[in-house]
Amino acid sequence: MESVASYRVKKFVNRIALGFAVIVVVSPAIFVFLWMLSLSLKYEIDNIAYPPIFIPNPPTLDNYAKIFRESNYLLYTYNSVIVSGAATLIALLVGVPAGYGIAKGKRQGLGMLIMVARITPGLSYLIPLFMLFRLIGISGSLLALTISHLVLTIPMVVWVMISFFEDMHPELEEAALTDGCNIWQAFYRVAMPIARPGIAVAAILAFIQSWNNFLFGVVIAGRETRTLPVAVFNAMTFEQLSWGPVAAAALVVTLPSLLLTIFVQRDIVTGLAAGSVKG
Amino acid sequence: MKRKKAYSRKGAYTWFIVPALVAIFAVIVFPWIFTLWMSLNDWRIGAESKFIGAENFTTLATNARFLSTIPRTFYFTILAVILPVILGVFAAEVFHQNFPLRGFLRGVYIAPMMATPVAIALVFTMMFQPQVGVLNYFLSLVGIPKSLWVYAADTVIPTLALVEVWQWTPLVMLIVLGALASLPTEPYESAVIDGANQWQMFRYITFPLILPFLMIAIIIRTIDALKSFDIIYVISQGGPGTASETINLYLYLQAFSFLQVGHSSAVVVVFFVIILALALTLLYARERLRWNQ
Repeated sequence: MESVASYRVKKFVNRIALGFAVIVVVSPAIFVFLWMLSLSLKYEIDNIAYPPIFIPNPPTLDNYAKIFRESNYLLYTYNSVIVSGAATLIALLVGVPAGYGIAKGKRQGLGMLIMVARITPGLSYLIPLFMLFRLIGISGSLLALTISHLVLTIPMVVWVMISFFEDMHPELEEAALTDGCNIWQAFYRVAMPIARPGIAVAAILAFIQSWNNFLFGVVIAGRETRTLPVAVFNAMTFEQLSWGPVAAAALVVTLPSLLLTIFVQRDIVTGLAAGSVKG
Repeated sequence: MKRKKAYSRKGAYTWFIVPALVAIFAVIVFPWIFTLWMSLNDWRIGAESKFIGAENFTTLATNARFLSTIPRTFYFTILAVILPVILGVFAAEVFHQNFPLRGFLRGVYIAPMMATPVAIALVFTMMFQPQVGVLNYFLSLVGIPKSLWVYAADTVIPTLALVEVWQWTPLVMLIVLGALASLPTEPYESAVIDGANQWQMFRYITFPLILPFLMIAIIIRTIDALKSFDIIYVISQGGPGTASETINLYLYLQAFSFLQVGHSSAVVVVFFVIILALALTLLYARERLRWNQ
């Protein structure tokens, strides 16, 4: 029989072990983001010092001022917002009803199509779309970029909405249909309001997917229509590599994605696991 | 009567799908078909195209540079699948416990997979810097000699895989965490009574039960690792030389630096077949697993 004291010691040791495990698991993620922040807040001379300087002393916002003053980051931010916003909006307009239709009408074929789209490499869309855009004379425009981003956003929205509508209890719509609503009204007035949280998740995941996308932008965007990820990449290659501004730009790009993530933390698996298309 | 109504309602649902179908046709199905067509042509942007049948595919079969991308892609993929699976299961076991700030820390833990890959790649590029990079400083603290990371041919693939592991282990963790939450408690209770230790409980109860979920994680991870682009393109651009040129990098270069769209469309088709074959094999393995249980 174990004594109470040895049980307590064991429990204490377990808690220490757990605490240690938590630190081991979480610290790589924390370190990279903190290092990014640290680089962005230091003067260049401190950024290339060895051994590295971890805490900016004194901290400076020069790098942030620099990227907005010397490069056109306001324009690139605007481009990113327009492209990702429009691509998400269009995806919601066509994708939410589609998810409903597939879930209620039991149309598995389209679901399969979206799975295959998930497997296909992004470049296989990009080459034909690139040539098509040249042909109809919109290459390099925000419109062309938005259209290409639909490859990412539509499957994401449809996929999240299918699983959401499939999990929804059908009684309310059935009642609405018996009371004389037509199918459209049952969808618009009953199912959609209930599905609002699902729509929010779909919208946020689609937006992040589009916002983070680099490949489509680097191929299709022109000088004036660069999205943020492309602009940040160019900052690294074409200017003399200075770490502070690059880190500041990287943080500016990734911050919206990180902030939005907080809202969908719990629901992320459903969407990411199946609905996304990656380069 | 009732049956007829149900039938017509199913027909009515079609109208919900039509707009999406049109859009999907335009941006997804049309490119597929067009890619197939281009792959059968000698086609360079800005020049006349000519139908050449399967010639793009036969030249591909003897193209040494392309062929060398395949084992390289597999090497990268194996690292970028196995490590996240092992680390992800461990992380899921940790997050399955109760501890203060668990929700917040879980949010922090999954941040890498939601962050913009280009931004992440840039920060890692700076950390890999051999002379003043922070990672070599950490190595020096524990007495390991400096590494050249992405600047040497033999370390570039594992180093890039490391970034991929950092970014995508959270996805495996989330899938396994969901699986752990759905496990029954009875087997563990009887195992405790039988005097099983932690490792035995994991090996003989948890592991078999989460294996189907783990297979899903493996399938998703395999598909994504094969297609990985941003990280590799930003950090090493396929270099040094062609030491980190994966299928996707080769494809990009052929299509948009050399504008060989016929040739690169053939690469796309082969690439797609490779991904599909691997995904189906893994899916088949998962079904077998289910049958055996």
